[in-house]
Amino acid sequence: MAHRWGMVIDLDRCTGCEACVVACRAENNIATVGEEQAGLSRAKHWIRVERYYEGEFPDVKVKFQPVLCQQCDAAPCETVCPTFASYHTGEGLNGQIYNRCIGTRYCANACPYEVRFFNFFNPVWDKPLHLQLNPDVSVRTVGVMEKCTFCVQRIKAGEIQAEAEKRELKDGEIRPACVQSCPPEAMVFGDLNDAESRASRLANSRRRTKLLAELGTRPKVTYLQRDSWHGDENA
Amino acid sequence: MATKTPEQINDDLLRPLSGISGRYALSAALLAGVAVAAFCAFFYQAYTGLGVSGLRWPVFWGFYITNFVFWIGLSHAGTLISAILRLSNATWRRPVTRCAEVITVFALSIGAMFPIIHLGRPWLAFWLFPYPSERRIWPNIHSPLLWDFFAINTYLIASVTFLLLPIIPDMALVRDRAAGLRKKIYRALALGWTGTPKQWHRLETAMHVMAIVVIPVAVSVHSIVSWDFAMAPVPMWHSTIFAPYFVCGAIFSGIAALLLAMALLRKFLHLEEYLLPIHFENLGKLLLVMSVLWFYFIFAERLTTWYGNSVGEMPVFWATQHGSYAPLFWTMMFCNFLIPVPILAIRKLRSITGTAIASFTIVIGMWLERFLIIVPSLSHKYLTYSWGTYRPTWVEITITAGTFSGLALLYMIFSKVVPIISIWELKVGLRQVPHSARIIVEPKEVGAD
Repeated sequence: MAHRWGMVIDLDRCTGCEACVVACRAENNIATVGEEQAGLSRAKHWIRVERYYEGEFPDVKVKFQPVLCQQCDAAPCETVCPTFASYHTGEGLNGQIYNRCIGTRYCANACPYEVRFFNFFNPVWDKPLHLQLNPDVSVRTVGVMEKCTFCVQRIKAGEIQAEAEKRELKDGEIRPACVQSCPPEAMVFGDLNDAESRASRLANSRRRTKLLAELGTRPKVTYLQRDSWHGDENA
Repeated sequence: MATKTPEQINDDLLRPLSGISGRYALSAALLAGVAVAAFCAFFYQAYTGLGVSGLRWPVFWGFYITNFVFWIGLSHAGTLISAILRLSNATWRRPVTRCAEVITVFALSIGAMFPIIHLGRPWLAFWLFPYPSERRIWPNIHSPLLWDFFAINTYLIASVTFLLLPIIPDMALVRDRAAGLRKKIYRALALGWTGTPKQWHRLETAMHVMAIVVIPVAVSVHSIVSWDFAMAPVPMWHSTIFAPYFVCGAIFSGIAALLLAMALLRKFLHLEEYLLPIHFENLGKLLLVMSVLWFYFIFAERLTTWYGNSVGEMPVFWATQHGSYAPLFWTMMFCNFLIPVPILAIRKLRSITGTAIASFTIVIGMWLERFLIIVPSLSHKYLTYSWGTYRPTWVEITITAGTFSGLALLYMIFSKVVPIISIWELKVGLRQVPHSARIIVEPKEVGAD
């Protein structure tokens, strides 16, 4: 059976440290855009940590929510792309083929999670960051959309390795950069078609929620959290 | 009350074709200057990247798509109105149809440029064409943008045909009165027209067929443009009312543009005896109906959204009703409804000046309407964290201004090449007793001279 990659993010564990954001940037050759462009909200963050505040000062609670491409099964971004730059891969990922993209930005408008980013200019890397580019990930030119791939380069490398060694992939063998770098281990990645995988089991937790599930996008990222952010700490 | 013979009609309507006044040359140069500036701005943007526009995360569509919808909407002036007037045999239509059809062709051509202007990589726009390529991939037929591609091209072909068919006999008329190089050019344009009964019969048949064909095409085009928005799960885009709402808005802005063009033509080409108060009166009434219909649509849309009270839609709703977009929203309401309706409803005010003023505010209001459909929704999508804003830069403003002057320039050039009022159709009208269009003549000679 084909793999069906998914992720579980435990919001009760997330500390909002943003290690995932940094790791993602390093792994996926995401260019910084500079202060001025970032001020125009053109920064590219394939994963971001959204902060939500509750209560009145001084009794304030902060909640962190890492948001990345939800790799929807019914992805609004895919149907609207006129050139098949956004498409559904055999393993259920929302692929983005940079070379096919002509930059209509329709996918970004259709995406309810706002996890798609546009290259408004050709990317540049401040020295010495240009020396750390990941050779497994293509860099993107001006005028194309980009987004989280679930570190598809790591998925492919893991699958090829397993095939070469003539064995099945082990659960937890493939870890995207964000998952790998999460200090409280709030993020778990795995095959949702394998009922025994840690991600599958956690995705069935009583604490499970999906982001904007009511839109019918059927995301493959599951968030875990206590029923209410107002709830009893010991519940 | 004017009395016109066919010779006088020839003289009056062919006069604009000969000679260029200083005023004409100056305004053409000014308009061309702005259009050239827009071209430069576009090439600068294509060279540097879309970052020179004001677009940003999460407002990925702004002025360009506003202009796209606006111009495609405006293009519904002509062909649709002219087709309906032709089919319903409204005799007063004769001096109006060609001005209307020309707006369609030019507004549509300009509108169709915007999907390319707004691309991140405009040099790859041809990837929307379904052609067997080395990439071995067809365009995605699920995408409303592809529907756009087909709809707009169909409409463009249909409306160009619809414009050119009734031009043929007039070209022959110009040919017969011209000499030298001019004669050669018009001979080519006249496509060998000699005015035989067979040719007349074929022309009438073709025009009748096109008038029928073009109506569903026009309706489908703006429905499909609306589906660019309605097919995406974006708050206040994802709405069943959008297709008819857009078609209504398109015809509304189209009639306004037509009236504005007619008022200007009447003044500058001295067509006071052809574009009569009755034409402004009748089209003004039509504009009034469309204004009320437009209000009905937006009222239905807003009321349903308000009562629906959906979590996703209310932020967009309030942003336009009394938030940061409210000044634009209420300007739109004034321009599209509160100002034009009294002007068009009171007979005394429904003069040529009155309808021109109402049309002017409506053109502004309808541009704002398209902007208010696109930007507030994109800046207030579901996750509050992602809310953003948008501010156009000089690049977008220049390109926008360039398209307006581009349309005016094309219109000016066209009116120097082709009689802007269909001469032979006017003459055909002489045979029938023209009740509504009060041009009284002794019928002497009919046809293409």
